[in-house]
Amino acid sequence: MAVTVSPESDVVASPVQRGLKEGFYAGAISLGLFVLFIGLKTGQNISNELVVTTRWGLLAGVVVATAVGRFLYVAYGQPFMANQKIADVATGLLPGSVASRFFQVPWFIAAVIAAVLLFVFNNSLAGWVGAEPAGYLQFLRALAIIYVLASVIYYFRAFIHANFTKLGIAALVLYPILVVAVLSLNAWSIAGGLQGSLKWVDNFGIQILIYVMLAWGLNIVVGLAGLLDLGYVAFYALGAYAYALLATHFGLSFWILLPAAGAMAALWGVLLGFPVLRLRGDYLAIVTLAFGEIIRLVLINWREVTNGSAGISGIPKVSFFGLMSFNVSDSNYIAKVLHIAQSGAYYKIFLYYLILGLCLLTAFVTIRLRRLPVGRAWEALREDEIACRSLGINTTTTKLTAFATGAMFGGFAGSFFAARQGFVSPESFVFLESAIILAIVVLGGMGSLVGIAVAAMVMIGGTEALRELDFLKQIFGPDFTPELYRMLLFGMAMVIVMLWKPRGFVGSREPTAFLKERRAVSSSFTKEGHG
Amino acid sequence: MQYFVQQLINGLTLGSIYGLIAIGYTMVYGIIGMINFAHGDIFMVGAFTALIVFLVLGALFYSVPVVIALLVMMIVAMLLTSLYNWTIEKVAYRPLRGSFRLAPLITAIGMSIALSNFVQVTQGPRNKPIPPMVSQVYNINGISVSLKQIIIVLVTAALLALFWYLVNRTSLGRAQRACEQDRKMAALLGIDVDRTISITFIMGAALAAVAGTLFLMYYGVIAFSDGFTPGVKAFTAAVLGGIGSLPGAVLGGLMIGFIESMWSAYFSIDYKDVAAFSILAIVLIFLPSGILGRPEVEKV
Repeated sequence: MAVTVSPESDVVASPVQRGLKEGFYAGAISLGLFVLFIGLKTGQNISNELVVTTRWGLLAGVVVATAVGRFLYVAYGQPFMANQKIADVATGLLPGSVASRFFQVPWFIAAVIAAVLLFVFNNSLAGWVGAEPAGYLQFLRALAIIYVLASVIYYFRAFIHANFTKLGIAALVLYPILVVAVLSLNAWSIAGGLQGSLKWVDNFGIQILIYVMLAWGLNIVVGLAGLLDLGYVAFYALGAYAYALLATHFGLSFWILLPAAGAMAALWGVLLGFPVLRLRGDYLAIVTLAFGEIIRLVLINWREVTNGSAGISGIPKVSFFGLMSFNVSDSNYIAKVLHIAQSGAYYKIFLYYLILGLCLLTAFVTIRLRRLPVGRAWEALREDEIACRSLGINTTTTKLTAFATGAMFGGFAGSFFAARQGFVSPESFVFLESAIILAIVVLGGMGSLVGIAVAAMVMIGGTEALRELDFLKQIFGPDFTPELYRMLLFGMAMVIVMLWKPRGFVGSREPTAFLKERRAVSSSFTKEGHG
Repeated sequence: MQYFVQQLINGLTLGSIYGLIAIGYTMVYGIIGMINFAHGDIFMVGAFTALIVFLVLGALFYSVPVVIALLVMMIVAMLLTSLYNWTIEKVAYRPLRGSFRLAPLITAIGMSIALSNFVQVTQGPRNKPIPPMVSQVYNINGISVSLKQIIIVLVTAALLALFWYLVNRTSLGRAQRACEQDRKMAALLGIDVDRTISITFIMGAALAAVAGTLFLMYYGVIAFSDGFTPGVKAFTAAVLGGIGSLPGAVLGGLMIGFIESMWSAYFSIDYKDVAAFSILAIVLIFLPSGILGRPEVEKV
């Protein structure tokens, strides 16, 4: 039988044609997905019955936006990116990156001038142009500052890349001082600066560093030893409740309870480790998840001790190594001892440095442990358990030490968390937290401390920053609450970052053992372990 | 004795729902070896779709016979929920196939967070109660069996029979089993692997949607956060039965259902989930690959 080839099918569809087709499909699918959930809304009427109201306009908007977005991507986005590659091959030159076109000197100068002007005339702006445009101008100012900072980073990128760790630590140490200084200048008073710094130091600094510490702790279990742990938050909870209960009932100091909480969490790590030693991969994952849930359920239901879902409040603050206290009523209150003005900011700044110290301790211990026999055994276990056992490594103790060390740092972070909040409840230790910590570890590029810190900053800092988007209310009306979209965007960001960089932010590893010269290896060569 | 049988019936009802969800986990795990964490939220989306369809039916028609209403809810929920799972697989899992094992796990967790918050944003954070659809209760020798329970068990049994037929007796099922054993070899023999995987996700979602509809009918209330707990229980059930094994998923679901109802009946209701999770841990200590799972043989 003769094979007939129809000439039409040989013609490759032009990008626009393909775009139209794909856009149409995308629109149809999004219509199917959203017709009930966006097109209709369930709500209660006056007699408390559920009724549906329609939102066809919004539905049409979403569907058209999806279709047009898909069309633009297929018709213009994909060919543009493909052309870039072809042009590079043709000229043999490195691509003129988007960044080099984006960061140019004239723009940089314009942004600096705009930022300075907007800062200087900040207080009189509202009088000149009215309250609403002033809000936009403040947003513009923020954009200009971000642009200036990004340009500076871009021009010094080689230097920053070479000294990333040192610069990062220096930036973290100076962060509260810089925040207070900038805000004091802005408000023309140190008290005002201290007051304004609360939010920046607490919500951004401390919050992010807690997650950095937790992720670095989990990194020992998942990134180094390759054991998938979905219940890490249990150790965090154990540390928090250990501090909360012992401090409120026995009045013990934070400095005694911090190691105690760590030791207790490590003990529980071993206790959990024992039964699950034989399990592999996803069986291990589900048992650790179950363990996390069991701890949370016990915290909720053991009301005599943990006070149930109401939680424990009135947890004492950390003292300045017993020398000074941060309670205004105490005789050795820090402001009285040092003869300075009262402010709540001292405690936050102290906590910031405390968690920074704990983080650095975690990083230091991790780096040192990696070079010790036990750390190498962890990495060997991750790469191949059978080979590891054949070489005479005791996999039982190796796994247990990984669990215990990881759990210990979780316990430290937990007792810090309890001291910072002054209140703990089972609400804070849900599975979502474990998932977020694991996501940070994986997004950072498992095993890379710097990558994990960057991932924590992006994910946690990003979601915290969404709380600050009040200017969006001016666009979408006063009913619009950006906070509602926080976790939705967080989940989508997890997916997008993972698709964009499946190996995490830092895709290379510094080997612990090397011949003559230390050379970074691509992390595609490392395994993730099977538990 | 009567009390015990009563609890047995309650456990059977609960276990049927868990079993239906667990099949979705176990099938996806069997074919591509990943934990589809978003499956619990797919179940919630199914229940929510059924809820909205129920309200739309109530608004459009003066009165609808219960049987027809249930059928329409179930079919629409199956269709739309399958579309969700199909889209999620295409967008979030397929590009990462062949990447390292934790990458799709993280996108699955991200999708789970995104799905439940999407429903929260679009439909509001409150519990959504509906009036009871079926309220007959039969009394046999002092044991009360509600019509709802009978419907749940019958629908589950019918679906499982259909499903068993699909997997064991059709070419589609053969393709699925082939992909499960060796994806590359199956592709060489002319099986469209991508399509088979898509269909697996669609089948899992359809079963989860039925479970969601039955859940809504049984409890009469659903909220955006209701996907997590049944999802984790069903996953526990799948692991307990031996992940990758279809009869194992149903067996595990029934076991979790029985443990839960017995524990709440004879001990304390507060610790029923603790009991379920502890039994999982204990079973896995002695049978590391679950009850019906094949032990993993590693070639060196």
